[in-house]
Amino acid sequence: MTNWSPTVFTRVMLGLAVFLSAFPLYWMVVIASRTNSDAVSMPPPLLPGGNLGENIVAVLNNEDAKFLLGLTNSFIVAATVTVSVVIISTLAGFSFANLQFKGRNVLLVLVLLTMAVPLQQMGVVPLYRLMVSLEWTGTLKAVILPYLLNGFGVFLMTQYTRQAVPMELVEAARVDGAATLRIWWNVVLPAVRPGMAVLGINTFMLMWNDFMWPLIVLTPDNPTVQIAITSLNARFSTNYTLIFAGTALSIIPLVAVFIAFGRQIVGGLMEGAVKA
Amino acid sequence: MSLDTLPRATRSNHRRVRPPGRRWASRFDVKGMPYALVSPYFLLFAAFGLFPLAFTLYYSLYDYDLAGTTEWIGLGNYTALLGDDAFWRAVINTVGMFLLATVPQMLLALFLANALNKRFRFRLAIRMSVLLPLVTSVVAVAVVFTQLFARDWGLINWILGSVGVDPFNWRAERIPSWIAIATMVDWRWTGYNAIIFLAGMQTIPRDLYEAAAIDGASRRRQFWQITLPMLRPTMIFVVLNSTIGGLTLFSEPTTFYGGNVDGGSQGQFQTVAMFIVKEGFREFDYGYAAAAAWLLFLLILIGAAINFLFVRRIGGTK
Repeated sequence: MTNWSPTVFTRVMLGLAVFLSAFPLYWMVVIASRTNSDAVSMPPPLLPGGNLGENIVAVLNNEDAKFLLGLTNSFIVAATVTVSVVIISTLAGFSFANLQFKGRNVLLVLVLLTMAVPLQQMGVVPLYRLMVSLEWTGTLKAVILPYLLNGFGVFLMTQYTRQAVPMELVEAARVDGAATLRIWWNVVLPAVRPGMAVLGINTFMLMWNDFMWPLIVLTPDNPTVQIAITSLNARFSTNYTLIFAGTALSIIPLVAVFIAFGRQIVGGLMEGAVKA
Repeated sequence: MSLDTLPRATRSNHRRVRPPGRRWASRFDVKGMPYALVSPYFLLFAAFGLFPLAFTLYYSLYDYDLAGTTEWIGLGNYTALLGDDAFWRAVINTVGMFLLATVPQMLLALFLANALNKRFRFRLAIRMSVLLPLVTSVVAVAVVFTQLFARDWGLINWILGSVGVDPFNWRAERIPSWIAIATMVDWRWTGYNAIIFLAGMQTIPRDLYEAAAIDGASRRRQFWQITLPMLRPTMIFVVLNSTIGGLTLFSEPTTFYGGNVDGGSQGQFQTVAMFIVKEGFREFDYGYAAAAAWLLFLLILIGAAINFLFVRRIGGTK
């Protein structure tokens, strides 16, 4: 197995990869914890200063940025979409993987095709006009609804259910007289929980980061966190410490989720990649 | 397994003891329930997928103006787009940034995955840290990189200056702006793609390498002759994913210009997605934007087809 031990070159490369991945985030903290005159000094500061708390308070208290509202809104949007996508995908995945019905394969291919269409870019104009006629522009409903449709989720849960729930188990439960929904609840759900976790984390991150659609359909008065940073950036373009404190705040929830579930995320990503 | 151990008689018995009132319910449970379970997805698809696609086509055949009047112009929007320098500039920007980002990204991700596939300590920690960029919000990252690439106080110009290179005006010039944006994209996605490649690499049977080593093949040769060809299915997945993501690029270049979809003073880094948003939601020329959306879809299909054929040829000897 000597073949599998890393060379010096490999070690250097890995070290460099870790450094480059972490550096912009470190830099974010450096600027967020400094004063404005530090941020524009030459040579640039490379160590954190002592103003982090102060700058974060300044962002949260900034009337124009509505940062706290942005954080809350992003959380509502991401959580709602995550819960519904996970439920919808788990139900459909169970049906595609374990049940027999006419047209199953055709419908599954249709799901795959929908995955290839960038709907949020393709359909912006009619979606926007729809939200205008429903008078939903500026509300979170308008951000949430188009994202409940997630072909990747259905595909992932179909693949996951196929390998996690053997057909014999479903058949046996049916023989014992269990109805379909009962089988889903008692047999399938406990087995596919890891797949649901991966899909959930993935969806949450995508929604937290979503930018184009909220930029179109929301106003700065009722922003998601990404929109709040954008208006902060546009209005206070030279106030680096304020903007960087905002960006640092916006990634804290994601980094917390990542550190808590890192093992599952890495494992789930790798498993999902091979299955797909 | 318990299906095989159960005697057949038991199963039919079950059916017989069921009370007659429940027959309809159990029929529905077997015949109808599978459709009921997939229906939420397809209902949503109809409302927020099929409907917008069909209406994008419909809108693209009309001319809208600011006063709110509409007029059927057939393929007029499409022909106008094909003659619009601003649209072609956006197409060239998009393809240029896509190539500038994707080619180095794929190579780096492959070599990084190969390195991650070795045995070393802190394996999980290192894998997690290359995924870290993915979990940071894209606007935040673009803000940080915009500052790093700033002309006067940016760290990158300072580093270049300290080795005697003149500072770039990253945002004002076309190719430098593409490099800056491609860097943001690569920072975000290289680690993710490396993890996906790594997953693919781990499915390659080790005895292939052992046999090759016995035959005297060097590690480098093993990489090119075994790893790369065996990785082709994973590579197709990664490349198609990057194609869709890269050709619909929006967040990074928009944030690079302070949240403005113009893409620089000369439109030097305006992508097609930004062009659509500008035409549709600043000029309110819905028909023009809708036609551009269909052309973007066409661009994605072409890009996906070319990349698919290209990847299929990699290590094509096998």
